[in-house]
Amino acid sequence: MATYTLTINGEKKTLNAEPDTALLWVLREHLGLTGTKYSCGKSYCGACTVHLDGQPIRACVMPISAVEKRSITTIEGLSANADHPLQKAWLEEQVAQCGYCQSGQIMQAAALLNEKKKPSREEIISHMNGVLCRCGTYMRILKAIELAAKEI
Amino acid sequence: MSKSNTPSSPALSRRKFLRAAGGITFAVTASAILPKWATDGSETALTSEDKGPAISAWVHIRPDGRITIYNPAAEMGQGSMTALPAIFAEELDADWSKVQIEYSPIEPKVYGPGAWGGRMMTVGSRAVSGYYESLRQAGAQARFVLMDNVAKKWNVPLAELSTEPSMVIHRASNRKISYGEVASFATMPEKMPQIPAAQLKDPKNFRLIGNPDIERCDMPAKVNGSAKYAIDVRIPGMVYGAISRSPVNGSKPTLLNAAEIRKISGVIDLVTLGHGIGVVADTLEKALKVKAQLKIQWSTGAKAASHNSEQAYAEYTALVMDENRKGRSLETKGDLNNALKDASKVYSATYKNDYLYHAQMEPLNALVALSPDGSSAEVWCGSQAPDSAKAAAARVLGLDESKVTLYPHYLGGGFGRRSSTDYVEEAAALAKAVRKPVKLLWTREDDLQYGQYRPICLQYLEAGVDQAGNISAWKYIISGTGDNLLASGAEMPFYTLPDLSIELRAVDHGMRTKHWRAVGHGPNKYAIEAFIDEIAHDQKKDPYQYRRHLMRNHPRALKVLETVAEMAGWGKKLPAGRAMGITFAERSGSPGAGICEISLDRSTGKIKVHHIWAAVDGGVIVQPDNAKAQTEGSLLMGLSSIFYESITIKNGEAQQSNFHDYPILRMEDVPETLEVKFIDSQEAPSGLGEAGLPFIGPAVANAFLALTGKALRHMPFTPEKVLAKLSEK
Repeated sequence: MATYTLTINGEKKTLNAEPDTALLWVLREHLGLTGTKYSCGKSYCGACTVHLDGQPIRACVMPISAVEKRSITTIEGLSANADHPLQKAWLEEQVAQCGYCQSGQIMQAAALLNEKKKPSREEIISHMNGVLCRCGTYMRILKAIELAAKEI
Repeated sequence: MSKSNTPSSPALSRRKFLRAAGGITFAVTASAILPKWATDGSETALTSEDKGPAISAWVHIRPDGRITIYNPAAEMGQGSMTALPAIFAEELDADWSKVQIEYSPIEPKVYGPGAWGGRMMTVGSRAVSGYYESLRQAGAQARFVLMDNVAKKWNVPLAELSTEPSMVIHRASNRKISYGEVASFATMPEKMPQIPAAQLKDPKNFRLIGNPDIERCDMPAKVNGSAKYAIDVRIPGMVYGAISRSPVNGSKPTLLNAAEIRKISGVIDLVTLGHGIGVVADTLEKALKVKAQLKIQWSTGAKAASHNSEQAYAEYTALVMDENRKGRSLETKGDLNNALKDASKVYSATYKNDYLYHAQMEPLNALVALSPDGSSAEVWCGSQAPDSAKAAAARVLGLDESKVTLYPHYLGGGFGRRSSTDYVEEAAALAKAVRKPVKLLWTREDDLQYGQYRPICLQYLEAGVDQAGNISAWKYIISGTGDNLLASGAEMPFYTLPDLSIELRAVDHGMRTKHWRAVGHGPNKYAIEAFIDEIAHDQKKDPYQYRRHLMRNHPRALKVLETVAEMAGWGKKLPAGRAMGITFAERSGSPGAGICEISLDRSTGKIKVHHIWAAVDGGVIVQPDNAKAQTEGSLLMGLSSIFYESITIKNGEAQQSNFHDYPILRMEDVPETLEVKFIDSQEAPSGLGEAGLPFIGPAVANAFLALTGKALRHMPFTPEKVLAKLSEK
């Protein structure tokens, strides 16, 4: 057991955990930030996507010992009032069904729009391809990202 | 959703009202109707006994005008948490902006629709269709009570009153009063009157039903991360459970290193279950790590241990070809043998479907807390059958059901898997052993390998055609495991086939099988529709016109086929290397037809779907945008299943474990366009959660046949299978 101080959504958090504990369990079970989801545990599905220093990563395979002193953003910290252009576009397009993968989808998409204001459809697909949705909301995710890109 | 102001008294009787603090709560009742077109052998089939008791729907109107409507159905992405309250609010004439929605308590006697035996099950696309009439009636009754109270208060005839959203109006005296104000003085009649159907709203005056602007109530929480799934629940004193389950169904565990495991710091207990060993630990990461360290010896000799899925097809083939074998008849009409003898040509083919896994994104989980004295318990879970889950937990804990409170949560996907209660029973067993609240998590590997699969099956089809080349005789034998699960969708009520026999010859491999979105309709409609195209192809007939002839006596079904043909421009010249396939299927009472346009990379065997068109008749469409989303979703989940998904079993063990070897559809596979149209209808709603799924498989197979002249007869259509097919002479 070791003590770690993390910066999550701009706030410093201190906690005790084994060094190999996945960031995902730290966020969800130690800190109660449950918007980030567990689904595959092996980085195959993207449901646990968060930003580490602005880059999208899979929290399920990221040990806490590797993220200390780095800045982590989760869905809860993406925007002040759930008003990120993507979140607004998600509402506009009524994207979610079961909703379970959507935090990961939005975080993955947000990283894209940070890098590239006007991605092409091909760039969106290539960037989003690793985040799985079982309900089949992909058509709407695509539309919502294109819509948000127009707003930015 | 806060559960704090959800009524939870089990003592409430129907046809009675509660005067709740600061407002009025109605319990109003009516019978749910039967889905009219149910032809399913399993979940949608309703017997006359199922009509049974009436249902109650609840609303709480507060003096400040807020209206809480209680939703009795699971919300697993299908949107009925919005659709059901909208139906009620329509007849209540509520101001939708003042409506809040909460889960109803899990009290099936009060909230279970009569249409399926008073069970609170959200299955078979039945939530909207099953509750539609009863919620309209209940909403109209609540509106009547408000108006009746105003009539008495103002001493005016009831007939002179009308309503506008959340307002009772008396035009003669130019007075109006809000529902909130009425709620502050309203009393209930002794007996709730039945509102005649003629006095329900004329559908042309609907403001909420059919309104494309009604948004899903769960959407904001699902885009800001605050939506609560059972997996997200944390309560004080909670510990974590993980279970190592039998790799072969039916084998029993013996733990070989218990003493060593118990020494690990953080391990609270080890629990031996019939099908596995549970670890309870102080953190989730500890529970998972320790689970991986368990050394378990599994008993041998389980029935499933001799099952190999690749070889099972040979067994099914022998079974369907055995003329002395008699299975269970699902339907017979006319004189099949003579009709086959008289046929000018007889065709036959077999189609295969591998096991499929639900792959809902939220792995199974549940949290169970037993009270310190052991006399009551609480359960947090996402369930399609919360009443069964509650009963199952009570049984495991040795408690009366009335001592168990279940808090429903959003389901991170259900697709049929979450109408089982195995995961809740397990959490209850762990909680009972350690007397602490236990959150049980299934890993993805657990969820896949201890899955309950859509059954493997084989369909044998034989058909005779008449002089004109039209199908006159139809013989259909289904074999596979999973018994009744194989039967749904085998019948073809919209095709005119006077001489026919449909038979089921099931085998039990000792495997766990389950309803999977659209159940048997996926495999059966694939076989039926692909076979029809193969015959049409050989007869050099246009598959659209060929079906039109088969459907000539069923105008409602014909309408969806003609609509989709028009949408896609069936028959138009396509670019080189492209072809279209057309199909028809009904599921949950909703006839639907689909067309897809594909191309094929002949070097890799990869099929690309460029466009999908779907026309569905779902009766009155309660939430048009969500209905469209459901159809898009069922088509894409269907696409996933027909291109990628397969569970193979060797000596009883699933050979896949996670998304790397059980891939599902990704964004790169979506079509360029996907167009959905619903038929304008005044009929009561039918199910839309699954309607698209059954017809996408054959639509692709039929397009492939049109493109290559070759028939794909084994789902999924992987590149390997496609290449093998292309190389066939």
